[in-house]
Amino acid sequence: MQELINKAKTLLESGEVARVLGWKKGEYEYDPEPAFFETSESLKDFVYNGFCGANLSKYMIEAGKKEGKTLVFLKPCDSYSYNQLLREHRVDREKAYIVGVGCKGKLAVSKIPFEGILNISGAEYPDAAETLTVETLYGTETIAYKDAMLERCHVCKGKEHVVYDELIGESADTVDADRFAEVERIEAMSPEEKFAFFQSELSKCIRCNACRNVCPACSCRKCVFDSTAFDSEQKANTTSFEEKMFHIIRAFHVAGRCTDCGECSRVCPQGIPLHLFNRKFIKDINALYGEYQAGSDLESKAPLTNFTTEDAEPGVGRG
Amino acid sequence: MPVTENWKPKIVAFCCNWCSYAGADLAGSSRLAYPADVKIIKVPCSCRVNPMFILRAFEKGADGVILCGCHPGDCHYSTGNYYARRRMTLLFSMLDYLGVEEGRTRVEWVSAAEGVKFSETMNSFVEKVRALGPNVRLGDLRCKN
Repeated sequence: MQELINKAKTLLESGEVARVLGWKKGEYEYDPEPAFFETSESLKDFVYNGFCGANLSKYMIEAGKKEGKTLVFLKPCDSYSYNQLLREHRVDREKAYIVGVGCKGKLAVSKIPFEGILNISGAEYPDAAETLTVETLYGTETIAYKDAMLERCHVCKGKEHVVYDELIGESADTVDADRFAEVERIEAMSPEEKFAFFQSELSKCIRCNACRNVCPACSCRKCVFDSTAFDSEQKANTTSFEEKMFHIIRAFHVAGRCTDCGECSRVCPQGIPLHLFNRKFIKDINALYGEYQAGSDLESKAPLTNFTTEDAEPGVGRG
Repeated sequence: MPVTENWKPKIVAFCCNWCSYAGADLAGSSRLAYPADVKIIKVPCSCRVNPMFILRAFEKGADGVILCGCHPGDCHYSTGNYYARRRMTLLFSMLDYLGVEEGRTRVEWVSAAEGVKFSETMNSFVEKVRALGPNVRLGDLRCKN
Protein backbone atom coordinates (compact mmCIF):
# COMPACT_ATOMS: atom_id res chain seq x y z
CA MET A 1 0.00 0.00 0.00
CA GLN A 2 2.85 2.35 0.89
CA GLU A 3 4.29 1.75 -2.57
CA LEU A 4 1.04 2.99 -4.14
CA ILE A 5 0.98 6.10 -1.97
CA ASN A 6 4.62 6.87 -2.80
CA LYS A 7 3.92 6.50 -6.50
CA ALA A 8 0.90 8.79 -6.24
CA LYS A 9 2.89 11.37 -4.26
CA THR A 10 5.73 11.42 -6.77
CA LEU A 11 3.43 11.87 -9.73
CA LEU A 12 1.30 14.52 -8.01
CA GLU A 13 4.31 16.51 -6.88
CA SER A 14 6.02 16.36 -10.25
CA GLY A 15 2.81 17.67 -11.80
CA GLU A 16 2.54 14.77 -14.21
CA VAL A 17 -0.94 14.04 -12.93
CA ALA A 18 -3.46 16.55 -11.63
CA ARG A 19 -5.34 14.12 -9.41
CA VAL A 20 -5.32 10.60 -8.11
CA LEU A 21 -8.29 8.29 -8.23
CA GLY A 22 -8.14 5.68 -5.52
CA TRP A 23 -9.88 4.47 -2.39
CA LYS A 24 -10.37 6.47 0.78
CA LYS A 25 -10.64 5.18 4.34
CA GLY A 26 -14.19 4.79 5.47
CA GLU A 27 -15.57 4.79 8.97
CA TYR A 28 -14.57 1.18 9.43
CA GLU A 29 -11.90 -1.10 8.05
CA TYR A 30 -14.44 -2.66 5.72
CA ASP A 31 -16.01 0.33 4.01
CA PRO A 32 -13.43 2.20 1.93
CA GLU A 33 -14.93 4.27 -0.86
CA PRO A 34 -13.69 5.59 -4.21
CA ALA A 35 -12.21 9.07 -3.96
CA PHE A 36 -10.22 11.69 -5.84
CA PHE A 37 -7.08 13.03 -4.17
CA GLU A 38 -5.79 16.35 -5.47
CA THR A 39 -2.93 17.08 -3.04
CA SER A 40 -0.22 14.87 -1.63
CA GLU A 41 -1.38 15.76 1.92
CA SER A 42 -4.82 14.34 1.26
CA LEU A 43 -3.22 11.00 0.40
CA LYS A 44 -2.98 10.24 4.13
CA ASP A 45 -6.53 8.92 3.80
CA PHE A 46 -5.62 6.68 0.87
CA VAL A 47 -6.19 3.00 1.50
CA TYR A 48 -5.84 -0.21 -0.47
CA ASN A 49 -6.89 -3.43 1.21
CA GLY A 50 -9.08 -6.48 0.74
CA PHE A 51 -12.24 -4.41 0.94
CA CYS A 52 -11.36 -2.12 -2.00
CA GLY A 53 -13.67 -4.00 -4.33
CA ALA A 54 -14.97 -0.87 -6.04
CA ASN A 55 -14.20 -0.73 -9.75
CA LEU A 56 -12.78 2.73 -10.46
CA SER A 57 -12.94 2.63 -14.24
CA LYS A 58 -16.35 4.30 -14.53
CA TYR A 59 -15.10 7.36 -12.59
CA MET A 60 -12.62 7.90 -15.40
CA ILE A 61 -15.46 9.19 -17.59
CA GLU A 62 -15.90 12.15 -15.24
CA ALA A 63 -12.15 12.49 -14.68
CA GLY A 64 -11.63 12.72 -18.43
CA LYS A 65 -13.70 15.91 -18.55
CA LYS A 66 -11.36 17.68 -16.16
CA GLU A 67 -8.06 19.42 -16.89
CA GLY A 68 -4.92 17.31 -16.80
CA LYS A 69 -4.13 13.68 -16.32
CA THR A 70 -5.60 11.40 -13.71
CA LEU A 71 -3.70 8.63 -12.00
CA VAL A 72 -5.98 5.67 -11.56
CA PHE A 73 -5.46 2.37 -9.77
CA LEU A 74 -7.03 -0.58 -11.56
CA LYS A 75 -7.23 -4.17 -10.44
CA PRO A 76 -6.93 -6.83 -13.17
CA CYS A 77 -10.71 -7.20 -13.59
CA ASP A 78 -11.22 -3.41 -13.53
CA SER A 79 -8.85 -3.07 -16.46
CA TYR A 80 -11.32 -5.02 -18.62
CA SER A 81 -14.00 -2.45 -17.83
CA TYR A 82 -11.61 0.37 -18.64
CA ASN A 83 -10.72 -1.26 -21.94
CA GLN A 84 -14.40 -1.64 -22.79
CA LEU A 85 -15.00 2.05 -22.05
CA LEU A 86 -12.00 2.87 -24.18
CA ARG A 87 -13.38 1.01 -27.14
CA GLU A 88 -16.73 2.74 -26.70
CA HIS A 89 -14.88 6.08 -26.75
CA ARG A 90 -16.17 6.98 -23.30
CA VAL A 91 -12.74 7.60 -21.79
CA ASP A 92 -9.61 9.28 -23.08
CA ARG A 93 -6.51 7.11 -22.76
CA GLU A 94 -4.29 10.19 -23.11
CA LYS A 95 -5.72 11.63 -19.91
CA ALA A 96 -5.13 8.57 -17.78
CA TYR A 97 -2.05 7.25 -16.05
CA ILE A 98 -2.98 3.69 -15.21
CA VAL A 99 -1.28 1.84 -12.42
CA GLY A 100 -2.26 -1.81 -12.44
CA VAL A 101 -2.46 -2.94 -8.84
CA GLY A 102 -2.20 -6.50 -7.64
CA CYS A 103 -5.25 -8.18 -6.22
CA LYS A 104 -5.55 -11.18 -3.94
CA GLY A 105 -9.31 -11.47 -4.07
CA LYS A 106 -11.66 -8.87 -2.63
CA LEU A 107 -13.87 -9.29 0.38
CA ALA A 108 -17.55 -8.71 0.99
CA VAL A 109 -18.52 -7.62 4.46
CA SER A 110 -21.93 -9.14 3.82
CA LYS A 111 -20.29 -12.56 3.71
CA ILE A 112 -18.93 -12.19 7.22
CA PRO A 113 -21.69 -13.72 9.31
CA PHE A 114 -21.02 -12.04 12.66
CA GLU A 115 -23.13 -9.45 14.45
CA GLY A 116 -21.75 -6.15 15.71
CA ILE A 117 -18.50 -5.99 13.72
CA LEU A 118 -16.11 -3.44 15.18
CA ASN A 119 -12.91 -4.13 13.35
CA ILE A 120 -11.50 -6.62 10.88
CA SER A 121 -7.83 -7.42 10.54
CA GLY A 122 -6.02 -9.62 8.10
CA ALA A 123 -7.32 -7.88 4.96
CA GLU A 124 -4.18 -5.79 4.42
CA TYR A 125 -2.53 -5.71 1.04
CA PRO A 126 -0.14 -7.26 0.08
CA ASP A 127 0.19 -9.22 3.33
CA ALA A 128 -3.32 -10.63 3.51
CA ALA A 129 -3.75 -13.35 6.10
CA GLU A 130 -5.27 -16.76 5.44
CA THR A 131 -7.86 -16.06 8.10
CA LEU A 132 -9.52 -12.80 8.95
CA THR A 133 -9.80 -11.85 12.59
CA VAL A 134 -13.10 -10.14 13.27
CA GLU A 135 -13.52 -8.14 16.44
CA THR A 136 -17.16 -7.89 17.36
CA LEU A 137 -19.16 -6.49 20.25
CA TYR A 138 -19.47 -10.04 21.54
CA GLY A 139 -15.89 -11.21 21.24
CA THR A 140 -13.33 -12.13 18.60
CA GLU A 141 -14.23 -14.43 15.74
CA THR A 142 -12.29 -15.78 12.77
CA ILE A 143 -13.26 -16.62 9.19
CA ALA A 144 -11.18 -17.92 6.28
CA TYR A 145 -10.24 -15.18 3.78
CA LYS A 146 -11.61 -17.32 0.94
CA ASP A 147 -15.01 -17.71 2.61
CA ALA A 148 -15.46 -13.95 2.84
CA MET A 149 -14.53 -13.28 -0.78
CA LEU A 150 -16.90 -11.66 -3.27
CA GLU A 151 -18.68 -14.08 -5.56
CA ARG A 152 -16.86 -12.64 -8.58
CA CYS A 153 -13.44 -13.47 -7.12
CA HIS A 154 -14.30 -17.16 -7.00
CA VAL A 155 -14.59 -17.01 -10.81
CA CYS A 156 -11.75 -14.49 -11.32
CA LYS A 157 -10.90 -13.53 -14.91
CA GLY A 158 -7.19 -13.79 -14.23
CA LYS A 159 -4.16 -12.03 -12.88
CA GLU A 160 -3.26 -10.13 -16.04
CA HIS A 161 -4.09 -6.48 -16.59
CA VAL A 162 -5.28 -5.79 -20.14
CA VAL A 163 -4.35 -2.11 -20.05
CA TYR A 164 -1.80 -0.28 -17.89
CA ASP A 165 1.14 2.10 -17.86
CA GLU A 166 2.83 0.50 -14.91
CA LEU A 167 2.26 -2.50 -12.67
CA ILE A 168 2.67 -2.52 -8.90
CA GLY A 169 2.18 -5.60 -6.77
CA GLU A 170 1.41 -9.25 -7.25
CA SER A 171 -1.95 -10.88 -7.84
CA ALA A 172 -3.11 -14.21 -6.54
CA ASP A 173 -5.09 -16.96 -8.21
CA THR A 174 -8.48 -17.13 -6.52
CA VAL A 175 -10.54 -19.22 -8.94
CA ASP A 176 -12.22 -22.12 -7.23
CA ALA A 177 -15.64 -22.31 -8.86
CA ASP A 178 -17.22 -22.75 -12.27
CA ARG A 179 -18.36 -19.42 -13.67
CA PHE A 180 -21.58 -20.77 -15.18
CA ALA A 181 -22.48 -23.39 -12.57
CA GLU A 182 -25.27 -21.30 -11.05
CA VAL A 183 -26.67 -20.35 -14.47
CA GLU A 184 -26.73 -24.01 -15.45
CA ARG A 185 -28.47 -24.92 -12.23
CA ILE A 186 -31.27 -22.46 -13.02
CA GLU A 187 -31.47 -23.54 -16.67
CA ALA A 188 -32.12 -27.09 -15.54
CA MET A 189 -35.18 -26.03 -13.52
CA SER A 190 -38.74 -26.27 -14.79
CA PRO A 191 -40.34 -23.00 -15.95
CA GLU A 192 -42.35 -22.89 -12.71
CA GLU A 193 -39.25 -23.22 -10.55
CA LYS A 194 -37.33 -20.66 -12.62
CA PHE A 195 -40.14 -18.20 -12.28
CA ALA A 196 -40.46 -18.81 -8.54
CA PHE A 197 -36.72 -18.31 -8.12
CA PHE A 198 -36.56 -15.03 -10.02
CA GLN A 199 -39.77 -13.72 -8.53
CA SER A 200 -38.45 -14.27 -5.03
CA GLU A 201 -35.16 -12.56 -5.90
CA LEU A 202 -36.50 -9.66 -7.94
CA SER A 203 -39.35 -8.79 -5.62
CA LYS A 204 -36.68 -7.71 -3.15
CA CYS A 205 -35.61 -4.93 -5.52
CA ILE A 206 -36.24 -1.44 -4.17
CA ARG A 207 -35.26 0.28 -7.44
CA CYS A 208 -32.48 2.25 -5.82
CA ASN A 209 -30.65 2.18 -9.17
CA ALA A 210 -27.36 1.34 -7.46
CA CYS A 211 -26.66 -1.41 -10.00
CA ARG A 212 -27.16 0.99 -12.87
CA ASN A 213 -25.11 3.75 -11.28
CA VAL A 214 -22.14 1.54 -10.54
CA CYS A 215 -22.13 -0.42 -13.81
CA PRO A 216 -19.23 0.60 -16.09
CA ALA A 217 -21.23 -0.57 -19.12
CA CYS A 218 -24.19 1.63 -18.09
CA SER A 219 -22.58 4.87 -19.07
CA CYS A 220 -25.12 6.44 -21.43
CA ARG A 221 -25.41 10.18 -21.03
CA LYS A 222 -29.14 9.79 -21.01
CA CYS A 223 -30.72 6.69 -19.56
CA VAL A 224 -34.17 5.32 -20.36
CA PHE A 225 -34.74 4.91 -16.64
CA ASP A 226 -34.18 8.58 -15.92
CA SER A 227 -37.46 10.36 -15.61
CA THR A 228 -37.89 13.78 -17.16
CA ALA A 229 -40.21 14.75 -14.31
CA PHE A 230 -39.12 17.50 -11.97
CA ASP A 231 -37.54 17.04 -8.56
CA SER A 232 -39.20 14.56 -6.23
CA GLU A 233 -41.52 13.37 -8.95
CA GLN A 234 -38.43 11.88 -10.57
CA LYS A 235 -38.24 9.38 -7.79
CA ALA A 236 -41.80 8.21 -8.25
CA ASN A 237 -42.22 5.16 -10.41
CA THR A 238 -43.55 6.85 -13.46
CA THR A 239 -44.44 3.78 -15.43
CA SER A 240 -45.17 0.29 -14.32
CA PHE A 241 -43.34 -0.87 -17.43
CA GLU A 242 -39.94 0.19 -16.24
CA GLU A 243 -40.77 -1.11 -12.80
CA LYS A 244 -41.50 -4.59 -14.04
CA MET A 245 -38.94 -4.91 -16.78
CA PHE A 246 -36.03 -2.94 -15.29
CA HIS A 247 -33.73 -5.90 -14.80
CA ILE A 248 -34.38 -7.52 -18.17
CA ILE A 249 -33.92 -4.26 -20.05
CA ARG A 250 -30.76 -3.38 -18.18
CA ALA A 251 -29.28 -6.83 -18.68
CA PHE A 252 -30.07 -6.72 -22.39
CA HIS A 253 -28.63 -3.26 -22.77
CA VAL A 254 -25.27 -4.39 -21.45
CA ALA A 255 -25.35 -7.77 -23.23
CA GLY A 256 -22.18 -8.20 -25.23
CA ARG A 257 -20.59 -5.26 -23.45
CA CYS A 258 -20.70 -6.53 -19.88
CA THR A 259 -17.26 -7.65 -18.74
CA ASP A 260 -18.78 -9.57 -15.83
CA CYS A 261 -17.06 -7.35 -13.28
CA GLY A 262 -19.72 -8.22 -10.74
CA GLU A 263 -20.18 -4.69 -9.41
CA CYS A 264 -23.99 -4.89 -9.75
CA SER A 265 -24.19 -7.77 -7.29
CA ARG A 266 -21.62 -6.23 -4.99
CA VAL A 267 -23.51 -2.98 -4.50
CA CYS A 268 -27.05 -4.35 -4.38
CA PRO A 269 -28.35 -3.44 -0.93
CA GLN A 270 -30.87 -6.25 -1.15
CA GLY A 271 -28.33 -8.89 -2.13
CA ILE A 272 -29.98 -9.80 -5.43
CA PRO A 273 -27.61 -11.95 -7.54
CA LEU A 274 -27.84 -9.60 -10.52
CA HIS A 275 -24.79 -11.11 -12.19
CA LEU A 276 -26.93 -14.14 -13.03
CA PHE A 277 -28.67 -12.12 -15.76
CA ASN A 278 -25.44 -10.91 -17.32
CA ARG A 279 -23.84 -14.30 -17.07
CA LYS A 280 -26.76 -15.93 -18.84
CA PHE A 281 -26.19 -13.61 -21.80
CA ILE A 282 -22.44 -14.23 -21.70
CA LYS A 283 -23.03 -17.98 -21.63
CA ASP A 284 -25.42 -17.81 -24.59
CA ILE A 285 -23.07 -15.57 -26.57
CA ASN A 286 -20.14 -17.92 -25.92
CA ALA A 287 -22.16 -20.94 -26.94
CA LEU A 288 -23.82 -19.46 -30.03
CA TYR A 289 -21.40 -16.89 -31.40
CA GLY A 290 -18.02 -18.03 -30.12
CA GLU A 291 -16.10 -17.28 -26.96
CA TYR A 292 -16.16 -13.57 -26.25
CA GLN A 293 -14.81 -11.58 -23.34
CA ALA A 294 -15.85 -7.94 -23.44
CA GLY A 295 -12.97 -5.57 -22.79
CA SER A 296 -10.22 -8.06 -23.51
CA ASP A 297 -9.16 -6.20 -26.65
CA LEU A 298 -10.01 -3.12 -28.66
CA GLU A 299 -10.44 -4.67 -32.11
CA SER A 300 -12.78 -7.66 -32.15
CA LYS A 301 -16.40 -7.00 -33.10
CA ALA A 302 -18.97 -7.12 -30.32
CA PRO A 303 -21.37 -10.06 -30.77
CA LEU A 304 -24.51 -7.94 -31.04
CA THR A 305 -23.09 -5.62 -33.67
CA ASN A 306 -21.98 -8.53 -35.78
CA PHE A 307 -23.56 -11.55 -37.47
CA THR A 308 -22.87 -14.54 -39.64
CA THR A 309 -25.25 -16.00 -42.19
CA GLU A 310 -25.22 -19.32 -40.29
CA ASP A 311 -26.37 -18.00 -36.91
CA ALA A 312 -28.78 -20.12 -34.88
CA GLU A 313 -32.48 -19.41 -35.29
CA PRO A 314 -34.28 -17.82 -32.33
CA GLY A 315 -35.87 -20.42 -30.12
CA VAL A 316 -34.33 -23.40 -31.91
CA GLY A 317 -34.47 -26.41 -29.67
CA ARG A 318 -37.53 -25.19 -27.78
CA GLY A 319 -40.72 -27.18 -27.46
CA MET B 1 -57.89 -13.08 -15.12
CA PRO B 2 -59.97 -16.26 -15.04
CA VAL B 3 -59.73 -18.33 -18.17
CA THR B 4 -63.21 -18.69 -19.55
CA GLU B 5 -64.56 -20.75 -22.38
CA ASN B 6 -64.47 -17.87 -24.86
CA TRP B 7 -61.20 -16.32 -23.70
CA LYS B 8 -59.26 -15.06 -26.65
CA PRO B 9 -55.53 -14.46 -26.56
CA LYS B 10 -54.11 -11.12 -27.65
CA ILE B 11 -51.33 -11.63 -30.13
CA VAL B 12 -49.01 -8.93 -31.39
CA ALA B 13 -47.27 -9.61 -34.68
CA PHE B 14 -44.43 -7.34 -35.72
CA CYS B 15 -44.22 -7.60 -39.50
CA CYS B 16 -41.56 -6.06 -41.68
CA ASN B 17 -42.80 -3.72 -44.36
CA TRP B 18 -41.12 -5.48 -47.28
CA CYS B 19 -41.83 -9.19 -46.83
CA SER B 20 -44.08 -10.25 -44.00
CA TYR B 21 -46.54 -7.37 -44.19
CA ALA B 22 -46.93 -8.05 -47.89
CA GLY B 23 -47.25 -11.74 -47.00
CA ALA B 24 -50.09 -10.88 -44.61
CA ASP B 25 -51.65 -8.83 -47.37
CA LEU B 26 -51.43 -11.75 -49.74
CA ALA B 27 -53.00 -14.04 -47.14
CA GLY B 28 -55.86 -11.54 -46.97
CA SER B 29 -56.35 -11.13 -50.68
CA SER B 30 -56.11 -14.91 -51.16
CA ARG B 31 -58.92 -15.22 -48.57
CA LEU B 32 -56.82 -17.40 -46.31
CA ALA B 33 -58.17 -17.27 -42.76
CA TYR B 34 -56.08 -16.39 -39.73
CA PRO B 35 -57.43 -15.51 -36.29
CA ALA B 36 -58.61 -11.97 -35.68
CA ASP B 37 -56.72 -12.08 -32.37
CA VAL B 38 -53.54 -11.26 -34.24
CA LYS B 39 -52.83 -7.53 -34.26
CA ILE B 40 -50.24 -6.63 -36.86
CA ILE B 41 -47.78 -3.82 -36.29
CA LYS B 42 -45.88 -2.80 -39.38
CA VAL B 43 -42.19 -2.03 -38.89
CA PRO B 44 -39.72 -0.88 -41.54
CA CYS B 45 -37.48 -3.90 -40.93
CA SER B 46 -37.39 -6.75 -38.43
CA CYS B 47 -34.31 -5.20 -36.88
CA ARG B 48 -36.34 -2.10 -36.05
CA VAL B 49 -37.81 -4.20 -33.26
CA ASN B 50 -36.00 -3.24 -30.12
CA PRO B 51 -36.22 -5.99 -27.44
CA MET B 52 -38.10 -3.40 -25.41
CA PHE B 53 -40.93 -3.45 -27.99
CA ILE B 54 -41.50 -7.11 -27.21
CA LEU B 55 -41.47 -6.50 -23.47
CA ARG B 56 -43.70 -3.48 -23.89
CA ALA B 57 -46.22 -5.52 -25.87
CA PHE B 58 -46.37 -8.06 -23.05
CA GLU B 59 -46.69 -5.31 -20.49
CA LYS B 60 -49.61 -3.80 -22.39
CA GLY B 61 -51.47 -7.08 -22.18
CA ALA B 62 -50.28 -9.22 -25.06
CA ASP B 63 -50.36 -12.95 -24.44
CA GLY B 64 -47.97 -13.79 -27.24
CA VAL B 65 -45.61 -11.84 -29.47
CA ILE B 66 -44.38 -12.96 -32.87
CA LEU B 67 -41.84 -11.26 -35.07
CA CYS B 68 -41.96 -11.81 -38.83
CA GLY B 69 -39.30 -10.66 -41.23
CA CYS B 70 -37.77 -11.41 -44.60
CA HIS B 71 -35.91 -14.69 -44.94
CA PRO B 72 -32.24 -14.44 -43.93
CA GLY B 73 -30.41 -13.23 -47.00
CA ASP B 74 -33.48 -11.51 -48.45
CA CYS B 75 -33.58 -8.43 -46.22
CA HIS B 76 -34.54 -5.27 -48.11
CA TYR B 77 -31.73 -3.52 -46.26
CA SER B 78 -29.36 -6.47 -46.88
CA THR B 79 -28.48 -7.40 -43.32
CA GLY B 80 -31.18 -6.13 -40.93
CA ASN B 81 -32.73 -9.47 -40.16
CA TYR B 82 -29.36 -10.99 -39.25
CA TYR B 83 -29.02 -8.50 -36.42
CA ALA B 84 -32.64 -9.08 -35.41
CA ARG B 85 -31.97 -12.80 -35.36
CA ARG B 86 -29.13 -12.50 -32.86
CA ARG B 87 -31.05 -10.09 -30.68
CA MET B 88 -34.18 -12.20 -30.54
CA THR B 89 -32.23 -15.39 -29.93
CA LEU B 90 -30.72 -13.84 -26.84
CA LEU B 91 -33.94 -12.20 -25.66
CA PHE B 92 -36.02 -15.35 -26.00
CA SER B 93 -33.35 -17.35 -24.26
CA MET B 94 -33.49 -14.84 -21.41
CA LEU B 95 -37.28 -15.06 -21.21
CA ASP B 96 -37.03 -18.86 -21.02
CA TYR B 97 -34.46 -18.42 -18.27
CA LEU B 98 -36.87 -16.27 -16.29
CA GLY B 99 -39.55 -18.92 -16.53
CA VAL B 100 -41.81 -17.14 -19.02
CA GLU B 101 -43.47 -19.92 -21.02
CA GLU B 102 -41.52 -20.43 -24.22
CA GLY B 103 -44.56 -20.75 -26.50
CA ARG B 104 -45.33 -17.05 -26.10
CA THR B 105 -42.51 -15.78 -28.28
CA ARG B 106 -41.61 -16.72 -31.79
CA VAL B 107 -39.72 -15.52 -34.83
CA GLU B 108 -40.80 -16.61 -38.28
CA TRP B 109 -39.39 -15.64 -41.67
CA VAL B 110 -42.25 -14.98 -44.11
CA SER B 111 -41.69 -13.68 -47.62
CA ALA B 112 -44.11 -11.55 -49.63
CA ALA B 113 -45.10 -14.62 -51.65
CA GLU B 114 -45.86 -16.79 -48.63
CA GLY B 115 -49.46 -15.92 -47.82
CA VAL B 116 -50.15 -19.54 -46.97
CA LYS B 117 -47.20 -19.73 -44.60
CA PHE B 118 -48.35 -16.54 -42.91
CA SER B 119 -51.82 -17.84 -42.26
CA GLU B 120 -50.56 -21.24 -41.09
CA THR B 121 -47.99 -19.67 -38.77
CA MET B 122 -50.57 -17.39 -37.19
CA ASN B 123 -53.07 -20.24 -36.75
CA SER B 124 -50.56 -22.48 -35.04
CA PHE B 125 -49.13 -19.68 -32.90
CA VAL B 126 -52.56 -18.55 -31.70
CA GLU B 127 -53.44 -22.16 -30.89
CA LYS B 128 -50.32 -22.53 -28.80
CA VAL B 129 -50.87 -19.30 -26.88
CA ARG B 130 -54.53 -20.16 -26.33
CA ALA B 131 -53.42 -23.40 -24.72
CA LEU B 132 -51.02 -21.51 -22.43
CA GLY B 133 -53.72 -19.12 -21.23
CA PRO B 134 -53.31 -15.47 -20.23
CA ASN B 135 -49.81 -14.13 -19.74
CA VAL B 136 -49.35 -13.19 -16.11
CA ARG B 137 -45.77 -14.12 -15.35
CA LEU B 138 -43.83 -11.37 -17.05
CA GLY B 139 -45.88 -8.70 -15.33
CA ASP B 140 -45.67 -10.49 -12.02
CA LEU B 141 -41.92 -11.03 -12.02
CA ARG B 142 -41.47 -8.44 -9.31
CA CYS B 143 -44.78 -9.07 -7.53
CA LYS B 144 -46.07 -5.76 -8.78
CA ASN B 145 -49.47 -6.95 -9.86
